[in-house]
Amino acid sequence: MVGNEAQDKAPAPPGTTASGKSLGETVKLILAPRVRELRFSFHLMSRSVTSIAGLVLFMILVFVAAFPFLFANPVPGADPFVIPLNWEIPLPQPPGNDFMLGSGEYGQDIYYGIIWGARISMAFAIQVVGLSVIIGTVFGLVAGYKGGVIDEIMMRVTDVFLSIPGLILVMAIAAVLGRDLNSTKLALLAVWWSGYTRLVRGQVLSTRENTYIDAARASGSGELKIMFRHILPNSWAPVLVQGTMDMGSVVLVMAGLSYLGLGAPPGYAEWGVMVQEGQAFFVPGYWWMTVFPGIAILIFVLAFNLMGDGLRDVFDPKMRR
Amino acid sequence: MSYIIRRLLLLVPVLIGVSLLTFTVTRLAGDPWSAYLPNPERATPQQIEAIKEKYHLNDPVYVQYYYWFDGVLHGDLGYSHTARQPVTQAITTKFTATFELAVVAMFFAVLIGIFTGTKSAVKANSAFDQGSRLVSLIGVSIPVFWLGLMLLMLFYREWGLLPGPTGRYDVVKFSSSELHHYTYFLTVDTLLNGKFDFFWNVIKHLILPGVTLAFTSTAIIIRMMRSSMLEVLGAEYVKTARSKGLSEKVVINKHARRNALIPTTTVIGLSFGGLLGGAVLTETIFNWNGLGQWSGFAATSLDTAGIMGFTLVTAIIYVIANLIVDLVYAYLDPRVRLS
Repeated sequence: MVGNEAQDKAPAPPGTTASGKSLGETVKLILAPRVRELRFSFHLMSRSVTSIAGLVLFMILVFVAAFPFLFANPVPGADPFVIPLNWEIPLPQPPGNDFMLGSGEYGQDIYYGIIWGARISMAFAIQVVGLSVIIGTVFGLVAGYKGGVIDEIMMRVTDVFLSIPGLILVMAIAAVLGRDLNSTKLALLAVWWSGYTRLVRGQVLSTRENTYIDAARASGSGELKIMFRHILPNSWAPVLVQGTMDMGSVVLVMAGLSYLGLGAPPGYAEWGVMVQEGQAFFVPGYWWMTVFPGIAILIFVLAFNLMGDGLRDVFDPKMRR
Repeated sequence: MSYIIRRLLLLVPVLIGVSLLTFTVTRLAGDPWSAYLPNPERATPQQIEAIKEKYHLNDPVYVQYYYWFDGVLHGDLGYSHTARQPVTQAITTKFTATFELAVVAMFFAVLIGIFTGTKSAVKANSAFDQGSRLVSLIGVSIPVFWLGLMLLMLFYREWGLLPGPTGRYDVVKFSSSELHHYTYFLTVDTLLNGKFDFFWNVIKHLILPGVTLAFTSTAIIIRMMRSSMLEVLGAEYVKTARSKGLSEKVVINKHARRNALIPTTTVIGLSFGGLLGGAVLTETIFNWNGLGQWSGFAATSLDTAGIMGFTLVTAIIYVIANLIVDLVYAYLDPRVRLS
């Protein structure tokens, strides 16, 4: 402060920061406003019934995906993601005592497929969305911050990927790579990164014009530090919202691919493939093979869409004060 | 005017990039020469050599790309063994089936979407609003193929109201060769030919696939229109319009909605891409003989030429659709034109 020469001249005592505060006090100073904002976010989320519903559904899904063996026992020694068969029951059985949600051909337990399908869907979505976010954020940061020729080239490339309708490009790549879940994962990744690149770049472009970026530069911060310490934290909110909604979209695309015959192989505990296998049986009246896996997909995507909607409202600055 | 020219010029690098991407993806799959032969398994070594000479397949990749691109510009996209005809021919014959379905779906999606979204925002938190929000939430969360199957189960199997998955019309009762084709749109042509029972049959066959395809897009448009309309209704100029004494109807229709349409137009363009993808699944379920069903078969049978063909065609359609959307956007928002 101006005029406080005693403070300017005396050195700070040991165990304190340059401004004379203890470690504990500094930590509290950094954390307190962040904790306060976090609690306010939860408060905002809890005001909306739909957000709570989404959160509850999400937690149920995560629990089922994390501990599927608590709900449906895998056959020891076999791949748990292949629905176990019972060769003595060739015809699909309706929902009842033997099979809670009915069975497909040769005793294929629909309930088992739904439970373990949750794990496959959740794992798949996390991997695809997680990697796309990381790749897209890095590219978007670089393109938006550097600007110029690098930005132009990266944006043209991103535009090309965004110009082909998602499912079509994923189909083409998945067809070429072969029918298994890992190829499908790669195909989805090859398409999904572009959306985040454009999103992050837009955020970076609007953030970098702020005065505090100039101030950081003036005080000697390096480019990398500015990118990760100032620009990135102010840009990630839309990414979080989009990522949440994309968890659902990825599962929709994956199920669609499996339905067409490009994703999971038949007999797998994956909801899309289960619908495809059930389709042949539904005109004769074995409706449970198609209805239940579809409802599972619907609930999964609904949960993430509800959460995404809630998060979007939470991060909307107009609603925060 | 310069905006239009700028947008058209931007198309060129994007289309070249799309062609490069498609070329790369399809070259990754197996022997390139098999895409140009009707029966690759029974090809003689001379035939294979001839193809390799014609498309310079023994030369480096960039030379191959040049000759491939040259072929594309002359209409040579190879031979599709799933369609059993050259790719270009397959595209032209199957195009109208998909286009008719997509146009019908898009038309209703935009109409219902904008109308419902506006009314939802104007009557926020009413029963209508809650209902439309629930339906649109389900619409964006439901798998397209499952929706089609469920609709078929209800309307065809259970209630027998609408025809089953047998394509664009009942081939037992009618034949497309009895029509004089003006537009290749069955709805239009049957009317122009005066065959009203054929027309009615075509309409009945259009309903379920149309609803299936339109459902998700409608939901997206409702959500976007509602949220942007809510934002607009809280703006200063709306207050000004009301305080000027203008009727509520004029305020909503003339001032609020036009501005709320701006972000919604972008979303409509993007959802068209989803429509093209959704057409693949919808056409597969309903046995609709269009580009979508063919794309599905081509992808699962690794029909390289077919995959290349449908990727290029859908990309071009999507790029043109987004160009139109951008032009509409520029018309709606003068700030874009003048920047």
